[in-house]
Amino acid sequence: MSKIIYVSAALAALLSHPFNASAASDGDLQAIRERVQQLEQRMEQSGPTPTRNSGGEGAFNPAISLILGETYGNLRQDPAIPATGFAMNANPGHEQGFNLGESELVITANIDPQFRGVGRFAIDPAGGLSAEDVYVQTGALSAGLSLKMGRFLSGLGYLNEKHAHTWDFVDQPLVYATLWDNQLGEDGLQLKWLAPTDTFLEIAAELGRGRGFPGTDRARNGSGAGVLFAHIGDDIGIEHNWRAGVSLHQTKRVDAVSDAVPDLLDTADGVSNSFSGDSRTAGVDLVWKYAPNGNLRDRYVKLQGEYFRRKESGSLTYDINAASPPPPITDSFSVTQSGWYVQSVYQFMPRWRNGLRYDRLDPGIAAVGALNAGNVISDYGYRPSRTSLMLDFSPSEFSRLRLQLARDNSRQGLADNQLFVQYIMSMGAHGAHQY
Amino acid sequence: MQRILCTFLLLLLSGNVHAALDVFACEPEWAALAQQLAGDKASIYTATGALQDPHRVEARPSLIAKARRANLVVCTGAELEAAWLPVVLRESGNSAVLPGSSGYFEAAHYVVMLEIPARLDRAEGDVHAAGNPHVQTDARNFLPIAEALSKRLIQLDPSNTAYYRQQLAAFNQQWRAAIAKWGQQAAPLKGIPVIVQHRGFPYLNNWLGLKQIAELEPKPGMEPSAAYLGSVLNELQQHPARMVLRAAYQDGRPSEWIAERAHIPAVMLPFTVGGTPQATDLFAMFDDTIQRLLAGLK
Repeated sequence: MSKIIYVSAALAALLSHPFNASAASDGDLQAIRERVQQLEQRMEQSGPTPTRNSGGEGAFNPAISLILGETYGNLRQDPAIPATGFAMNANPGHEQGFNLGESELVITANIDPQFRGVGRFAIDPAGGLSAEDVYVQTGALSAGLSLKMGRFLSGLGYLNEKHAHTWDFVDQPLVYATLWDNQLGEDGLQLKWLAPTDTFLEIAAELGRGRGFPGTDRARNGSGAGVLFAHIGDDIGIEHNWRAGVSLHQTKRVDAVSDAVPDLLDTADGVSNSFSGDSRTAGVDLVWKYAPNGNLRDRYVKLQGEYFRRKESGSLTYDINAASPPPPITDSFSVTQSGWYVQSVYQFMPRWRNGLRYDRLDPGIAAVGALNAGNVISDYGYRPSRTSLMLDFSPSEFSRLRLQLARDNSRQGLADNQLFVQYIMSMGAHGAHQY
Repeated sequence: MQRILCTFLLLLLSGNVHAALDVFACEPEWAALAQQLAGDKASIYTATGALQDPHRVEARPSLIAKARRANLVVCTGAELEAAWLPVVLRESGNSAVLPGSSGYFEAAHYVVMLEIPARLDRAEGDVHAAGNPHVQTDARNFLPIAEALSKRLIQLDPSNTAYYRQQLAAFNQQWRAAIAKWGQQAAPLKGIPVIVQHRGFPYLNNWLGLKQIAELEPKPGMEPSAAYLGSVLNELQQHPARMVLRAAYQDGRPSEWIAERAHIPAVMLPFTVGGTPQATDLFAMFDDTIQRLLAGLK
C-alpha cells in the first residue's frame, strides 16, 4: 500500500513540476533522475509492504483447530478385563463399536512477548469437554531454558508427549496402557534446559500433584510426583536421525484402591485392594528414522522401542470391603513390574504406511507380607504380549484413514483378535508436530 | 566413569569453535546467499537438503540443537516451513531467533508475492495465505533479499559493517551482470507452453516468460492420481506443451509418465543449490536451470 502512495506521490511531483519536455535541459533531466532515485531508495527503505491488517478484536484471535476422529473397534473379549498380573494397574482398554476416540479442540496463541498459552480439550464420547492440556509456556527465556506451567503431558519417554491424533497405531503400547494409563498427565511445572552443544541434549525436571496414574492426586502442600528425563539426539548424514532418552518418575501412592483383583482364594469377581507406598519408575527410549535423501514425502522408516520398569513398595490392604470380623488385613507388599515394545512404521509409497508392533509385559513376582501370603497372588507365571499390524492412508497432510489388526495375548487363556478402523482429520490452523 | 563422562562432554562441546555469527539457514539457497554476503564471518548450517521436500521436514533433534546456538535464522517464510520451524524455534529456548526478533529473517517478506489466494480453503489443497513461497526460482528476487539480509548481518554484527557492505556490493554487481546474461540466454524460452508437476515455478515463469498451462498435482501438495494424469494428457492434445517441469526433490514418475505419452521432454530443475550436481552455488544454480530448460526446447 505504502508503495502505491510513494509512486503516486512521485508521479504527482513530476507532473506538477513546471517544465516543458521538449525544452527540458540536461540539468532538468538529471534532477528528475535524482528525484526518482531518491524515491526508489525511500521505497526500499520503507521495507516490506505491510500485509492486510483488519484490526479490531478479531485480529488477535488465537489459532484454533479441531481434530476429528472416530474409531470402530471389534473385539472378541471384554476390554474391561485387565492384562494378567496387572489388575492393580490402569486399564484404559478399548471401546467396542463406534466411538469418538481422538476428537479434540486445540486453541493456541502467544499471550504476550513472554508467554504462550495452549488449551487442548478432548471431546468425550458422552459429549462433554475435558481438559487434556492447559498450560502456559515461556517463549523468551534465554540460555536454552524453557518453563511450562499448568496441565500438560509429561515429557518422559518418547510416546508420552504425543497426542492421540499423532499416534502411529490406534492404541498405545501395553506398557503405556498399564504403567501410565496411556499417558502420564500432570498438573505442575516443567523446567527444561537445552545444552549449547552441536549434539541435541536436553535435560528436564517436572514437579506435579500426581494427577495421572500411578499418582494418587495429592491435594496437600508440596508436590506429589516428580519426573526427571534427558534426551540426546542427532543426525547421521542427511538420511538418518535418532533420539534416545532416559526417564525417572517417582510418586508416593496413598490409598490407591484397585477393584476386581484376583486372589489366591479364587474369590468370584475378585476383591478390592488398597496400596500405599512408593512408586519408582525408570525407562529408556530410542527412536531412529531413515528416509532416502532425507525426503519424507516419498518413503521413510521409523523404528522405535521403549522399556519401563517400576518398583512399588509399601503396604497392601487385602479385600477392603471384607465383611468384618475379621477386619481387612494389611501387610507389606512390593513388586517390580516392567514392559517394553518395539515398533516399525514404513511409508512404502507417498501417502501409504504400514506398521508392526510387538508388546510385552512382565508382572514380576511380588514379595507379600506373611499375613497376606495366603490371600494375595505373588506370581502370576504369565507374561502378557500382543502383536499389532497397521495400514494407513493419508489423502492429504490433514487426513488419515487407518486399519489395525491385533492378536492380543495379554490375558492368560483369553486370546483376542482385534480389529480397528479409524479416521483422524484436522481442520483449522494446524501447528507443527514434534519429532 | 568420570573420565568417560568428561570426554563425552568435551566431545559434545568441541563443535563450538566457530566464526562471529552462527547462521541457521532453512533451505540451501539461503545458506548460499548468506555465504556470499557473510563470507568467513559466519558459520552456516543448512537445515534441509536439496533433495528434501521443503514442505515436509521434521523438527529433528539436530535442528533444535543448531537453532539453540544460532544468532540468525534465515528462511523463506510464507508458511513454507510451517510444519517444523515453529517447533524448532520454540524448543530451542533461544529468544534471539524467535519470529519478530532481529535474529529471524524471512526472505519472502522482501519480494512481491505471487499467487496470493483469493480464497483460503483447504479444499484448494496446500495453499499458503501469504502467496506461493517458492520465491528463489526468480533470480531477480535475490537483489532485494540480499540487500535486506546484508542489513540484518550488519545489525547483528556491526563490527564487520565495512566487510558486509563490500560483499553486498560485489554480489550486486556480479548478480546484475548474471541476470542480464541469463535474460539473453533464456530469450528463446519466452512464451513457451509448459506443464509443471507441482506449483513450484510461478516466479521462474514470471521471470523468463514461460507459459504454464497445466499442473500434474490436482491440488497443490496432493499426489497426482492416474485418472487425473489421464485428463491432463487429454488436455495436452488440444493445448500442447513443450516440456514438463519438476523440482529435483520430486518423484520423477508422474512427469515421466506424461512426457512419454505426450512425446515431450521431462525437465528436472535444481530448484535450489545442490539440486543437481551442476548447481554448486547460486550462480551455477541459475546457469544450470537455464541450460536444462534450453535443452528441453531441442
